[in-house]
Amino acid sequence: MPTQVPRPKTIPVFYPELCKGCGICIDICPVKILEFAPEFNERGYHYPRVKEGMESKCIGCRLCERYCPDFAVYVEVIK
Amino acid sequence: MVAKLPPVYKDIEPLLRTERFPTIWCPACGIGLLLKTFAKAIVESGIPPEKHVVVSGIGCTGRIAGYLRVDSYHVTHGRAIPFAIGIKLAKPELEVSVISGDGDICSIGGNHFIHAARRNHDINVIVVNNFIYGMTGGQMGATTPKGARTMTSPYGNIEEPFNIPLLAYAAGASFVARWTVFHDKQLLEAILKAFEIKGFSVIEVLSPCAIYADRNNMDMLQLIRILRTNTRVKHDASLEELRIEPGKPIILGNFVERRDRPSFEELIYGIIKKCKRG
Amino acid sequence: MGGLLKPGVYFMEGNEACAEAALLAGCRFYAGYPITPSSEVMHHMARRMPEVGGIFIQAEDEIASIMAALGASAAGLKAMTATSGPGLSLMQESIGLAAMLELPVVIVDIQRAGPSTGIPTLMGQGDIMQSKWGSHGDYELVAYLPSNPQELFDMTIEAFNTAEEYRIPVIVLADKIIGQMYGRIRVPDPSELKLVERKRPTIPPEKFMEYLPFDSRELVPPFAAAGEGYRLHMTGLMHDERGYPNLSKEASWRLVTRLVRKIRENAKKIAQWDEIALDDAKYVLVAFGSVTGSAKYALRAARSKGIKIGLFRPKTAWPFPGWRIEELDKSGEIEKFIVIEVNMGQMYHVIREYVKNAEVIHIPYAPGYLPEPSFILENIEKLCTR
Repeated sequence: MPTQVPRPKTIPVFYPELCKGCGICIDICPVKILEFAPEFNERGYHYPRVKEGMESKCIGCRLCERYCPDFAVYVEVIK
Repeated sequence: MVAKLPPVYKDIEPLLRTERFPTIWCPACGIGLLLKTFAKAIVESGIPPEKHVVVSGIGCTGRIAGYLRVDSYHVTHGRAIPFAIGIKLAKPELEVSVISGDGDICSIGGNHFIHAARRNHDINVIVVNNFIYGMTGGQMGATTPKGARTMTSPYGNIEEPFNIPLLAYAAGASFVARWTVFHDKQLLEAILKAFEIKGFSVIEVLSPCAIYADRNNMDMLQLIRILRTNTRVKHDASLEELRIEPGKPIILGNFVERRDRPSFEELIYGIIKKCKRG
Repeated sequence: MGGLLKPGVYFMEGNEACAEAALLAGCRFYAGYPITPSSEVMHHMARRMPEVGGIFIQAEDEIASIMAALGASAAGLKAMTATSGPGLSLMQESIGLAAMLELPVVIVDIQRAGPSTGIPTLMGQGDIMQSKWGSHGDYELVAYLPSNPQELFDMTIEAFNTAEEYRIPVIVLADKIIGQMYGRIRVPDPSELKLVERKRPTIPPEKFMEYLPFDSRELVPPFAAAGEGYRLHMTGLMHDERGYPNLSKEASWRLVTRLVRKIRENAKKIAQWDEIALDDAKYVLVAFGSVTGSAKYALRAARSKGIKIGLFRPKTAWPFPGWRIEELDKSGEIEKFIVIEVNMGQMYHVIREYVKNAEVIHIPYAPGYLPEPSFILENIEKLCTR
């Protein structure tokens, strides 16, 4: 059985007011844990959220953080 | 200044005019990614922000000057390069970068582009190529791929686009590279290289445009997938290979690095040193 | 100061005098493009700029020239370009940018016969309107009308001072005759020269977040150059005091009114003109630039024939001293204003704007050619009674 290297627990954290609802993060997530929330921000955009129950599935690749053109999401390391 | 951005951006936040966020660009537009990468480059360059100057022209990319907290000038269409040259000649100690779109730099600004390259001015020119004139509603430009549909090529573009790296090299540029906004790590390195090189640096940065996507029956996520994945990195590609054709993989890389010629600024200050009286 | 012309009297070509005047005024950046009959200004700058430690570049076209001058101005240097009518036409968009960004710059226009390519080697006075109205939208600038090489020299220095004081583009409207003739130039002692520098921020660069590059609390905002640490933003878009794009009605109104008020409210300080024999005049001859000499001859001859005619010579085309024309017109003494210029009607319209009582007559002349005193006298005799 290969040794399991513990990886830090990570989770995307969204800044809804900066989001333009482009969907890049949702599309780019390799483990498909993101979806649009039913709520929308002041400008009328739906912003993303982690799908219910999928919080532990985040692999910390940070593609959502890197590819957000609006600085609206970052990946937090949960202590 | 109250932090508006996620904590991971704390180093670059001072370089961004966050009081003007969210930015003007369309959802999924790639220019926001260039903004992020350029701000990181300023921080990592080791050159103090007060020594950086950004000049931009008209168009969506041109708006980037308004979001960078350095001395920044948003001037007339096509004329960012001569304005930047004026600043650099007056204050050669400054790091002067032009960030503008393909239409601004290669169409209306084409003449300024080739002459600045010819003289090897020590400025950095980042040409964001989104293959269209986005701000004005989606007209074709000098880099629109053959066959593409735009407001002024409704039957499919009949023109051949410029091969920007080839054009830059032929005109005399010292450093020529092409990346996309998604190749952020390589783009960052290329920008840092451009800062370092004492000569005319050109980085073509491909970016997805919502207008281009719309006029060509694509959705942005499709266009983004193409720019992210239908690319090959080949630093030693011949410049002719860099031609962008629909269907063909786009070649990215740092193609040209010439350090064998003095910059215009070195030469002109040499003359002044020799001739100055008193 | 090393390299500058020593005070004294010289016999110099107008274009060369213009270049030397600019250097004395502190100009340390010149970008230009060859165009007859202004190229000698550039030739002298090519040789002399490095001698005074300044930058010279021949650009790829007129647009690059004016834009490079604006960039140098943004970086804090006094900058200049010289051209002729066709080049000035090319520069119009950039002149609008200079007005909008409030960047001081001097543009010397050695006018030639137009329209279009016209007669490159002969004089013209066809850029009067273009110098004021050539760019789109609302702005005000200052344009000087020298009539001989000494005035070209003096007004070039004055142009830099005016540009710095009001943060505007300033045009010196000479012509081929003045530019390419040789004349006696008196170069003053540096102690006589009063040079104006642009207003600077009172806030130190560390407090850059408080600096307003387009502060509207006074007519002329304090200027910070690139590289001084103020992290300023300038845009040709309608903007607010922070320099950020702002398309609101309030910002639009505030900015555009301040841009024009800068000059309109200082017009009486800036405008210049000469008057000869107007005290008892029934007729006013209006002439400017190199026509002035011819007009003065004709004036003398007409007076000796008993015609009560005087001369009004504008020395600034813009702002135009319209109030003086109004005053003369309101006095009831003047029957006719006779405008003689080498174009088909430009200064004529400016005079008409201010005259309600008298008649305004226009005497055009073939672009390229100076009307002889006899021609002017003939027309005066036709139009005026003793």
